[in-house]
Amino acid sequence: MVEHRPWNDIIAYAILTFGVFIVAFPVYLALIASTHDAATVVGGNMPLSPGSHTLDNYYRAIFVGGSRTSREPVGHMLLNSLISATGIAVGKIFISILSAYAVVYFRFPFRKTAFWIIFVTLMLPVEVRIYPTYKVVSDLHMLDTYAGLILPLIASATGTLLFRQFFMTVPDELLEASRIDGAGPFRFFKDTLLPLSVTTIAALFVIQFIYGWNQYLWPLLITTQDSMQTIVTGIKKMLTTTDELAEWQLAMATAVLAMLPPVAVVVFMQRLFVRGLVETEK
Amino acid sequence: MANVTLRDVRKTYAGGFEAIKGINFEVGDGQFCVLVGPSGCGKSTLLRMVAGLETITGGDIDIGGRIVNQIEPAERDIAMVFQNYALYPHMSVYNNMAYGLRNRRMAEPEIDTRVQEAARILELGAMLDRKPRQLSGGQRQRVAMGRAIVRQPKVFLFDEPLSNLDAKLRIAMRVEIRKLQRRLKTTSIYVTHDQLEAMTLADILVVMNGGQVEQIGNPLEIYQKPATTFVASFIGAPPMNLMPLRSDEIKSQFAGDSRAAASDAGILGIRPEDFVISSDTIAGGIALGLTVEAIERVGAETFIYGTRELEVQGVAANPGELPPGEVIVRIPGAIAPAIGERIRAIAPREKLHLFSADGRKRIDL
Repeated sequence: MVEHRPWNDIIAYAILTFGVFIVAFPVYLALIASTHDAATVVGGNMPLSPGSHTLDNYYRAIFVGGSRTSREPVGHMLLNSLISATGIAVGKIFISILSAYAVVYFRFPFRKTAFWIIFVTLMLPVEVRIYPTYKVVSDLHMLDTYAGLILPLIASATGTLLFRQFFMTVPDELLEASRIDGAGPFRFFKDTLLPLSVTTIAALFVIQFIYGWNQYLWPLLITTQDSMQTIVTGIKKMLTTTDELAEWQLAMATAVLAMLPPVAVVVFMQRLFVRGLVETEK
Repeated sequence: MANVTLRDVRKTYAGGFEAIKGINFEVGDGQFCVLVGPSGCGKSTLLRMVAGLETITGGDIDIGGRIVNQIEPAERDIAMVFQNYALYPHMSVYNNMAYGLRNRRMAEPEIDTRVQEAARILELGAMLDRKPRQLSGGQRQRVAMGRAIVRQPKVFLFDEPLSNLDAKLRIAMRVEIRKLQRRLKTTSIYVTHDQLEAMTLADILVVMNGGQVEQIGNPLEIYQKPATTFVASFIGAPPMNLMPLRSDEIKSQFAGDSRAAASDAGILGIRPEDFVISSDTIAGGIALGLTVEAIERVGAETFIYGTRELEVQGVAANPGELPPGEVIVRIPGAIAPAIGERIRAIAPREKLHLFSADGRKRIDL
């Protein structure tokens, strides 16, 4: 059906525009809300055009914190989030590329079993194993530490699967040529497999960075000190005040700030990311 | 420089499948050995066993006086050219060639000398900084050759290196490989399924079938005296015409020949190029009456596909019940009989090949 009717185009664009509007409007609202003062936002009739308190709001959100709620400034939370998200992404890539290398290229007893065990963990998201994980982390005295935020989220099967699929497409002759060229298992990994995996690594980094950044339940559970909060849990805590009005304009500024790093990662790594997911050239 | 000797080499896979069933042959120092056979005959497996990429389950492989059965590929002092080239896609041409040398901790100036020399021989000088994907098929092929040359190994192994190239380039590269090997005088083993490549490249030709060697020898010798009907039909294009004969027909045709008469001869072979179209009678030879079915003109020569008639002159005493079948006749030039025409093709006695009825044994006339 390769018909070309102008009406089809118009309807298609209308539907797409509507979809974009639905997705984008709340984001726009957050952006607008973060530019007004508290009274305007709470007043109920929030304007749809930017207000004049932009600098003030963002300055307070990043460096000062909420005035009456004694919350930590967002700057520190951003740093915590950055450290844990980067840690999760890098750690996951490190572990999954090595495990995929082992599963694909080495013949060891119970290789298939090992692979299936890894595969099965796909069915166990953080929430399912959250109590035992909490117990382990707490027994290891990792509550309120970066290690506690990062380590339990590093183990996952998605990365291993992605790398496994990629390694399976690398021609066997490359391994054989390497063997004849005198490269041992580590050299082959470092000199051939790793450079070929760059785009896959980039794709995985983007996915896992955002996954790590958006973690909510786990950080909420294991951080008790405000100094270890991540920004995603921080937003929530800004809104639960007992006897004060929530400072919506600061919460919105925080939300906007929380959105920026993942957006930046996607924007800057987009080309590699897309190539990593569709790459066929070997 | 080295001899390569295979002694009763066997390969049995874990499932019990016997891919290589006891192979013996020796490639002398500096010789070019070609393994040829249909796909699945085990020729590539055998080459990979020499390379060390497949384990050996029986027998010995000896390279330059050293049994290499348990030795890693890198330690065997061999270099291999793969069918799909197996170039490292992320490395430049230079680094592709230098990689194996760097892994051996060779000094950088020496590496540079060797790579530049190889690039000069293979005319890759202008492409050293390019990546493999920026090269054409023939150039990639040359880089793969370069990677083998710079190592200065005892043995070159080629695994169907030309089968990914187009026909014209294949012929050009074939000549180049032969020239290069003559010049470097490196012992080589080359695997192909193309009998033309095999004939033109080999000092020693090893014809394989079903994991076994059918015949080993000089290519022309094999062409002139194929040991089995398999070799007879595999070497030479178009293939040799093979006709089953009854024992009484054999006896009458080869009455004067005690070996033929006494043996279990049952198949007569005649190469398409050994026929002449003529109405002469031919003493001791054979004459076939044919109805022309198809004609292929390729310029310098013409192939005539004919159906054999029941009457076969020359098998004189008892003609009659020869099963009809297709016969290919090759004649020089482009002048050919018309389709449907009846012709008479004769072949002299010294051009006849006689095989045992099961095709496994040649009977010399």
